[in-house]
Amino acid sequence: MTGSADFILLVVVVVDLYIVATSRLASCVHASALQGVALALLPVALWAPGYTGGVDPQTLHIVLMSVGTLVVKALVIPQLVLRAIREANVRREVEPFVSLHLSVLIAAVLVGISFWLATVLVLPIPAPTTLLVPVAFATVLVGFLVLVSRKKAVTQVVGYLMLENGIFIFGQTLVRQIPFAVELGILLDLLVGVFVMGIAIHHISRAFDHIDTELLSALKD
Amino acid sequence: MLGTILFAIALLCLSAFASALLTRFDRASLAIGTAGSVIACLTGLGAALLALVLREESAFRGTWSLPLGEPHVALDGLSAFFLVCVFGVSGLAAVYGSGYLPAFGGRRRLGPAVALFNLLVASMAGLVIARDGVLFLIAWELMTFASFFLVTFESEREEVRRAGMTYLVASQLGVIFLFILFVLLGRSAGSYDFDRFAAAGGLADTCFLLAVVGFGTKAGFWPLHIWLPDAHPAEPSHVSAVMSGVMIKLGIYGLLRTLTFLSAPAPWWSTVLLVVGASSGLVGIVHALAQRDLKRRLAYSSIENMGLIALGLGLGLLGQSHGNALVSFFGYSGALLHVLNHGLMKGLLFHGAGSVIHGTGSRSVESLGGLYRRMPTTASGFLVGAVAICGLPPLNGFASEWLIYVGAFHGAASLPMAGAVPALVAIPVLALVGGLAAACFVGAFGAVFLGEPRGEAASHAHEAGLAMRSAMLLGALLCIGIGLHPAGALRLVIPAVALVGRMPGLSLDASLPLLAVSRLAFVLALVVAALALLRWALLRRREVTQGATWGCGYSAPSPRMQYTASSFAQPLLAPFAAITQVRVTENGPSGYFPAEARYEEQIGDVAGERLLIPGTRRVVRALSRLRVIQQGRVQLYIVYIVATLVALLIFELTGAGR
Repeated sequence: MTGSADFILLVVVVVDLYIVATSRLASCVHASALQGVALALLPVALWAPGYTGGVDPQTLHIVLMSVGTLVVKALVIPQLVLRAIREANVRREVEPFVSLHLSVLIAAVLVGISFWLATVLVLPIPAPTTLLVPVAFATVLVGFLVLVSRKKAVTQVVGYLMLENGIFIFGQTLVRQIPFAVELGILLDLLVGVFVMGIAIHHISRAFDHIDTELLSALKD
Repeated sequence: MLGTILFAIALLCLSAFASALLTRFDRASLAIGTAGSVIACLTGLGAALLALVLREESAFRGTWSLPLGEPHVALDGLSAFFLVCVFGVSGLAAVYGSGYLPAFGGRRRLGPAVALFNLLVASMAGLVIARDGVLFLIAWELMTFASFFLVTFESEREEVRRAGMTYLVASQLGVIFLFILFVLLGRSAGSYDFDRFAAAGGLADTCFLLAVVGFGTKAGFWPLHIWLPDAHPAEPSHVSAVMSGVMIKLGIYGLLRTLTFLSAPAPWWSTVLLVVGASSGLVGIVHALAQRDLKRRLAYSSIENMGLIALGLGLGLLGQSHGNALVSFFGYSGALLHVLNHGLMKGLLFHGAGSVIHGTGSRSVESLGGLYRRMPTTASGFLVGAVAICGLPPLNGFASEWLIYVGAFHGAASLPMAGAVPALVAIPVLALVGGLAAACFVGAFGAVFLGEPRGEAASHAHEAGLAMRSAMLLGALLCIGIGLHPAGALRLVIPAVALVGRMPGLSLDASLPLLAVSRLAFVLALVVAALALLRWALLRRREVTQGATWGCGYSAPSPRMQYTASSFAQPLLAPFAAITQVRVTENGPSGYFPAEARYEEQIGDVAGERLLIPGTRRVVRALSRLRVIQQGRVQLYIVYIVATLVALLIFELTGAGR
């Protein structure tokens, strides 16, 4: 039943666009938590049609991946980021370089490009659903857009998360091939990345009284 | 034999590791490092000599794999000959260093210097036996880095740091050419194994030029020599001896090894090497003559000698391309013998200069003087080295330069016109370079060791310790030994000449012409001995007194009135002012009662000041326009990454990449 998987993927794209469009920092983080939930459901939705009952290693793998994603991406990381926002005492608006309207427009173009890329890209293993590859590309590219077009360090964390989510979705095409350890590695990498960023935000706000990365440009030689 | 060489390399690495671990204990790390390198050099030298005498060749391929290659090492005539140079000169330098380094004791930890020295020797030996492009480049880079850290040993001095950076940048620019060279050869062969490398036609021409530039940077060919005169004065003297004595020769090794991959040489290759050799020789010795820093003078003299070696190689290629085996033999054997000879005598000279610095604390030729009486062993050693490097009989420099001369004369006489002209041009260049070298070393030796001390430093000089003196003594004996019996040394060179010149039938009897030189050397030695005997007989019954030189009636002479090295060189340098870039500010004495006079002179380097520095400035200015991409914004940097990734993705997907 690819219907539910497609629905989840649509949610992911909508969340992508919402993150670009929203002006509030907290809703960005909440949206990325929602995306985390969607991602946690995705492997199950892709797996469920072929499920015949019983507990085999493959099923265990899927369940663990879902639970892991749910815990890390939907609970732990958003909590960390929200706490960083509270503690660093930042203003609650995202401060974009590019206006929000223009951002949405660019994001829409990026989604379009993703669909085109997906038609050109020939995968060695056909994807479980046609939406998977374009959504993966779209999430990666929009993640980059968020990374690039926002001033605050918190939004950069969110952009980084979206980047990772895109990679995770793309990884679903190979769910039977990627060893378990690699996916654990991805999650761990993400967690460490967010920790480092969290610490960095903390220290930047300590040292400079704000977390505006634009002012870091004073450090160039 | 190869096993013994590998053992020596392993021993060098182990002792380097041990002395690096014992950095906190200067004496222990020095003792372990020196013991390790001396034992390794002796065993390695023995194995290499044995392999040369028995003409044994062996190879070893490892079963594990390197990235892109495999560990393939081998020993042939060319490798064994260069191993003799590496282990011989480095062994002497290690002994010398054990006496020289403790002077740095209080200021610096000695462990790193000892460890890096051993690593340098190990990487040089590894380079020479490597038969795989990747392994070769690894050894090459290791050699560069070990020597870079040795150059910057006294890093608290500003000029040392600058010399180190110049050396590093020059080396890395040079290695780019080597990377291109090996990639080109590897692509056409489908493997980086030297045994499969082969190139002909246009590819061979390209490879030859790349090798001349890439290896020439290390060898110090003019105008790629720019790092050399800065680096040698900066590093400790025993390191100068190794770097100038053998390390730069490995550039020659690389060039020769590359020649074995290429098809028969085109005639213009020899012209390239002859031009490079003539310009390095002439410009090098002119600069040497103008220097006041003793070690800088020696460094420029190394450039001159690399020029002589290049001239020899050029003659070898000339003979080869015209099918004249005799010219080719004389050219190659002269060049290779000069590699060994120059290693020994330049090692000796740098050791002598090190002792002078050690004993006086000064390296300026103008402020020394009269050291013969205070440092007799050092002075004798330096004298032997100086006579040898001028190419005078009966010392070893004569033998190799004689071979090159014979090659040039023979080429001028027997080759067709297109080949005879370059050979003919080489002869006056050799003669001019030899004459200027003699002037250079007469000036240096006279100013440093003869006359009266010109300053405090020289009058309180003390002789070097036992280790340093024995290393110099041994080096001097080797120079004299090869000078008296060059035919024996030529036997070491012949397998290498047979390999490079593609003369497989060449037998050891080819060294016979040098017996004439031996006879001449013996006659000369006998004449010198007879004269000494005569002097002794004449003076036996008479009283010998020492007094001041007659001052032409002037009653208050001072040591400062002596001829200096600069005043000695000045008339010779006058025609070469364009090369030395000399700048004089003069305020001469005037009137009947002159009150004050000044004379100031600054020496530059034409290649550096007219070519390389302006060139580099222009490149830096052009590249500084790229500064606009550095905005200091994280976001912008991410845009660069994304743009690159997306462009690559589209490039790959649209099929443009295929």
